[in-house]
Amino acid sequence: MNNSYESVMARKNEIMRRSVGIDFNTYEKDYLSFDYEGLLSEGGFTLETIKAIQKDNGVGNTPLKECKNITNLVRKVAKPGFGARIFIKDEALNDSGSFKARRASISCYQAKKMGFKGVIAATSGNYGAAVASQAAKYGLKCIIVQECYDSNGVGQPEIIEKARACEAYGAEVVQLSVGPELFYKFLLLLEETGYFNASLYTPYGIMGIESLGQELIEDCLKLTGKNPDVVVCTNAGGGNLTGTARGIKKTTEAKVEIVGASVNLYGLHMADDNDFNKKSFTTGHTGFGLPFIMNPDRSDVPRSAARPLRYIDRYVTVTQGEVFFMTEALSVLEGIERGPAGNTSLAAAFSIAKDMKEDQIIIVQETEYTSAGKHHQAQLAFARDNGICIYFGDPKDEIPGKSIVLPKSVDLIKAVDLDLDMIRRKFLQSQFYKSKKLSKYDIEFLSLETNTSIDYVINESKKYNIEVED
Amino acid sequence: MIKKGSWVQIKKIILNPEQRANNLPEATKKVPLLLWVKGTLSTDSEIGDVVEIKTVTGRVETGELIEVNPSYLHNYGKYMPEIQEIDRIVKSTLFGDDYYE
Repeated sequence: MNNSYESVMARKNEIMRRSVGIDFNTYEKDYLSFDYEGLLSEGGFTLETIKAIQKDNGVGNTPLKECKNITNLVRKVAKPGFGARIFIKDEALNDSGSFKARRASISCYQAKKMGFKGVIAATSGNYGAAVASQAAKYGLKCIIVQECYDSNGVGQPEIIEKARACEAYGAEVVQLSVGPELFYKFLLLLEETGYFNASLYTPYGIMGIESLGQELIEDCLKLTGKNPDVVVCTNAGGGNLTGTARGIKKTTEAKVEIVGASVNLYGLHMADDNDFNKKSFTTGHTGFGLPFIMNPDRSDVPRSAARPLRYIDRYVTVTQGEVFFMTEALSVLEGIERGPAGNTSLAAAFSIAKDMKEDQIIIVQETEYTSAGKHHQAQLAFARDNGICIYFGDPKDEIPGKSIVLPKSVDLIKAVDLDLDMIRRKFLQSQFYKSKKLSKYDIEFLSLETNTSIDYVINESKKYNIEVED
Repeated sequence: MIKKGSWVQIKKIILNPEQRANNLPEATKKVPLLLWVKGTLSTDSEIGDVVEIKTVTGRVETGELIEVNPSYLHNYGKYMPEIQEIDRIVKSTLFGDDYYE
């Protein structure tokens, strides 16, 4: 068989179909739509069965903890009567140390049920350890494919630690240098082994997080007698936000504002060999968050089940310096030492809580485990070794790849709002390039995709001379 | 000599620069795509030899032998005194400037 880059990429759809056991074509509709809810019911799981599978496998029912000192810290810099109560869902206590165990649990359950001998996931994040851990429980073989090193063999400390964790759970770890052709090797491995593609973006990868959304509401009601006003989700590929929001909507009809938060890595190219080790965050950043929210189907499956634009109410960025600062604050004020990437949403919540009233509630919906390499101390030291200037000042002066600015005072922690309307319009623009003619179903689909209205989509379509069928 | 059956790490080129995807940044385009993987060595060999290994999933890979008993040496890095300063900022803001007196 021809294994050149072009030949393997040309076999992509067939490899995918065999490795996820889903015929995505059956969900395609009209000119550019697909049946999203139909896809999300693939496998016939209910939220109850998902929770039962997770309970059996060391996943879920993590504690929701009130961060009383951090709340009081917010109130020191908020206007009188302002400073919402901040709670954090301690997802680091799942087996394998992050909320990703929820996603992996359903993928591995499904792989075992369908008779696959093993699972493969392409991830440099916590998802690798999650899949390896869940695969171990089912006796499945496991391969994790990571982008880990630059071309000189210098690895991101955070990713090196994740490789160790995957190997600790018995997985084979295939590590690559920088480049999007990781997907090429991933396809070759799927073809060679016939294993299940435990993609983050299949319905299983999203359904597994709905339990987190449900628990947030139930925990919050138990602890406070109220629903949360705001839930902040760290946003990269969009699955975390999508699954959490879906779980919330399945549990309460109350309006809960869903906020996405990403670390601002503006100016750093994700596929650049030189930039690779100049960033201190390998996930939860704008380099994934923005491209994926505007084009979710750029993932490793034909139709991604992670569609954050359907659910997001507000999208903010925070800086690397702010996240490191809050990671240390969580440790030293709350006695909870956790990894930095998971605290992206904590830094955002700190800023947002300042503008909320004292009786309101904001939930940070994850934490992640910490260890050598995967710790703000290790990552700041690595940044300094790579020539990044680290100083105290105003975080808005931070230049990704050149500086990390730690806030010199608490009031300088300020999440920056992204223009969601602009993101929605860009999303629609890219859809309109796919077809000059749309059906009524397509228009309705796009209104759901962008969480807008039919009128909004029709107005936008006129700018591109789109013909809408009667 | 490294004995057959030893736990080792290999490195290999999987795409040369000219075989890589289009539209890559310049810095990435000019270097090969590299792969590292661990497994048990199939024959007695020396560091630098092109060898065959069997991974924990039973796959066979070939590549340059770079390390025997590859270790986890990542750590917490050189101490960053800035962390003490973060502690001072948050504690003095929360508990008052006299907290450290």
